[in-house]
Amino acid sequence: MGKAAKFIAIGAVAIVFALFIGWWQVDGPGAGPVSGERPLPLTAMDFNLTDQDGADVSPASLIGQPSLVFFGFTYCPDVCPTTLSDISGWLDDLGTEAEDLNTILITVDPDRDTVETLAEYVSYFHPQIQGWTGSEDQIADAAEGFRATYEKVEGADGGYTMNHTAGVFLFDATGRFVSIIDYHEPREFAVPKIRRAMQDRAEGAES
Amino acid sequence: MFKVFAKGFLGLAVALVMNLPTMSAAQDASNDTLISVENPWARASIGMSRPGGAYLTIRNDGKDTVSLVGLRAEISGMASVHETRTNSDGVSSMTPAEDIAIPAGGTVALEPGGYHAMLMQLQSPLVEGETFPLTLLFSDGTELEVNVPILGVGARGPEG
Ligand SMILES: [Cu+2]
Repeated sequence: MGKAAKFIAIGAVAIVFALFIGWWQVDGPGAGPVSGERPLPLTAMDFNLTDQDGADVSPASLIGQPSLVFFGFTYCPDVCPTTLSDISGWLDDLGTEAEDLNTILITVDPDRDTVETLAEYVSYFHPQIQGWTGSEDQIADAAEGFRATYEKVEGADGGYTMNHTAGVFLFDATGRFVSIIDYHEPREFAVPKIRRAMQDRAEGAES
Repeated sequence: MFKVFAKGFLGLAVALVMNLPTMSAAQDASNDTLISVENPWARASIGMSRPGGAYLTIRNDGKDTVSLVGLRAEISGMASVHETRTNSDGVSSMTPAEDIAIPAGGTVALEPGGYHAMLMQLQSPLVEGETFPLTLLFSDGTELEVNVPILGVGARGPEG
């Protein structure tokens, strides 16, 4: 084999391998939660919360458009601003494609994250990001549907922090759970996952 | 950019007390350290009630491993290094970090999702566009003060 032919052959193998890895992580067996239970479909969830504008919201508010939903709290210095910044970046990448993507932060710290607090906080990120809160029981109901967990942990300074499920849940427009984007997942994996959830919507609309 | 070098205060003090001829003598001491910090940044805070977070990369050009053992900052009533961990169920938690060893010739990054400088009890808000001094305390006695630029609330890295 000539040197050039050899080079091309190796290149082709590398490309096929890269495509396979991409498929594996985005659509293949590598997709979805590593462990733990999958979230219910939005249509099977039952909770009532309040959005950043004070309006009543529920899982039904999300049906009809694909959705990104994640849990967090505004007193979080690392994971939550990183997630909100990552999501803002994905939405920027998707541009007008993502215009009708529901993007929801549900707080796990309703004591501190009031409607007003959340409204101010989300205003610092992509304008599409909403912040939902409620009573402790309402938050517990929501987390139950998403199979998300959270826990209050006392801090050294007399304050407290919250451990919580950090992945971003992706649902298609019919409310079907599509996949999880793991915490701080690179955007070359995250953005194709969101595109897939949005394609599912197009298919759903046709059928 | 934002590269700061520090000499071990201890070595310097010893050099002065022993009346060694030049400062370079202290730099040549075998247990000397040469630690630098690159790309420090913090996110602006919303008010003062929430803890702030800052990030940076530490480089150790010395001959021995040194550990980051603590932080001090006037802007924070309680500054410490925290570590974020995400378990196999995708649950993230944040705990005070153990001492962080930086091997000779190596670097350690405080970056989103890993280590962060946790600035509790903010004494004044972290205002975008300003900087604040943060002192890193090392196991060999080195105290390194860094000026940390404050970026936007939604900053993703040292470039904004
Ligand atoms: Cu922290």
